[in-house]
Amino acid sequence: MNLKVFENDIQLIKYEVLREVIKLAIKGTLKKESKNLFKVLIPGPKARTRCCIHKERAIIGERLKIIMGGDKRNKNVVEVISIACDECPIQRFTVTEACRGCLTHKCVQACPVGAIHSINRRSYIDANKCIECGKCREVCPYNAISDVKRPCIRACNAGALSIDEDKKAVIDNEKCIQCGACVYQCPFGAIMDKSSVVDVTKLLMEAKEDKTKHVYAIVAPAISSQFTYAKIGQVVSGIKQLGFKDVIEVALGADMVAHNETKEFLENIEELKAMTSSCCPAFVSYIKKHYPELGKYVSNTVSPMIAISKLIKNTDPLAKVVFIGPCTAKKMEIKEADIKGITDYAMTFEELQAMLDAFEINLEECEEFPLNNASFYGRIFARAGGLTEAVKHLVESENTSTEFTPISCDGIIECDKALKLLKYNRSNGNFIEGMACNGGCIGGPASLNHGPKDKKEVDKYGKLALEKDVSDSLRVIKVEKIDLHRGKDFMNK
Amino acid sequence: MNIVVIFNVVQLIIGSDIYMKTIRVCIGSSCHLKGAYEVVQGFQQLIKENKLDNDVEVKASFCHGECAKGVSVKINDSSIFSVNKDSVNSFFNKYIVKDRV
Repeated sequence: MNLKVFENDIQLIKYEVLREVIKLAIKGTLKKESKNLFKVLIPGPKARTRCCIHKERAIIGERLKIIMGGDKRNKNVVEVISIACDECPIQRFTVTEACRGCLTHKCVQACPVGAIHSINRRSYIDANKCIECGKCREVCPYNAISDVKRPCIRACNAGALSIDEDKKAVIDNEKCIQCGACVYQCPFGAIMDKSSVVDVTKLLMEAKEDKTKHVYAIVAPAISSQFTYAKIGQVVSGIKQLGFKDVIEVALGADMVAHNETKEFLENIEELKAMTSSCCPAFVSYIKKHYPELGKYVSNTVSPMIAISKLIKNTDPLAKVVFIGPCTAKKMEIKEADIKGITDYAMTFEELQAMLDAFEINLEECEEFPLNNASFYGRIFARAGGLTEAVKHLVESENTSTEFTPISCDGIIECDKALKLLKYNRSNGNFIEGMACNGGCIGGPASLNHGPKDKKEVDKYGKLALEKDVSDSLRVIKVEKIDLHRGKDFMNK
Repeated sequence: MNIVVIFNVVQLIIGSDIYMKTIRVCIGSSCHLKGAYEVVQGFQQLIKENKLDNDVEVKASFCHGECAKGVSVKINDSSIFSVNKDSVNSFFNKYIVKDRV
């Protein structure tokens, strides 16, 4: 397997731990042998990445726990590994070597709390007194004071990350929206998402023996930009070889959602005045936790993942459905009270890579197998602006006089702006598409690569769909027979 | 003949989600590319034309596991038949129409 697949050591280490855990789950000896895994992964005698081998092994131990289910008392899908988190300067402002020990000491005079002093012609900031106002930085004639925000805090746009008195990162579950930005951004990999790979592996092993267990894999449309060393057809083939009965694209669920949400919009917009999308669970969570008063504007349509899962279970009562995507928030969505149990497990592309290797499936040697059920419009949901384009197209085909004025929000900061305007009745549009990740789902935290995502790739993949329009891909599906509504109180906590 | 009468009576009483024949057409990716949607629509058309709406239903399903035989079609719990949009008519006549008593 081509190791160049990984962007950095963190992804590589996480992958290795996942792979070894899955290998043991396949053998059925996880309970017995997992306590020796830290030796397998960090054989020593030298440390691979950290100060010493004992710290590395301890951190691996914590990663193992999270992969095998994590802290059950913590309902959040995202957990901080405290011992891995000791490495970041918590001091936001530091005087760098650019300081020339000038005669004016503007920094000392600017500080409102006397936290900066000049010692031996150089300035030093006392972290205990510093209130992080930044005035010293503003006045320094040499720009010698650096402003470095801790990466996790900078990454979190939901204000859920803070530092405790031991200087460890702490996630506030009341504010966290499970978007996974901190998971991706922490340069020490100290924040991780819980995993269900053990349960999925067990399910697949059972399905090999027991033909009454039908396990389906549903793949997010973001797959188009994931595996750089193999064709999508080979990935589909690989997934099938894991033991899944069929691999179906979530984009078909997106077609169902586009169809339903358009109907919902046209029926309700006159009364409601505005509507938001509901397919990004982190965005929905953001509204729930930060703008609960706007809950009534959120579309009642389920997400594409739920829609396709319902369709599958409608055709096959014995079905179990496993979602595979770039998303950590989906791991939270599947447990929401009103839709629990519809999609059985959620996995990420990172976990898929580890699973393929644990099962010794070499994608480069696989024959191509098609993945083609959805239309172009379902597939473009993978990028910011895709859903808007799909709904716009459907609204226009309806030939109504209803105005559709969409606002497409790329990333949580833009979502927040649009929601704030809506809150104060100054919204510029009547439909808000909210994507928590920059670029949309293709920018998701559990993607295998985060290079400059070409949105054009998504559209290119979209055009490869056999069905050109939503009505084409849905023509043999009795959509009316499937209930695509969220529970009545899904926006209440 | 008796069985047909009993079935129809039972259907009237319970109200009808009991079909004598369920045609399952695979719409998984491989069969889809081989024209599964056209096969489904073909069956739907033939059911209407033959006025068999109360006796036969066609449902979509996902992979039956024999992709080389696409488009894969099953009648109730039969083994897998291979159908394409050109053979829909003859298949329907042989296994659905002629099979009725």
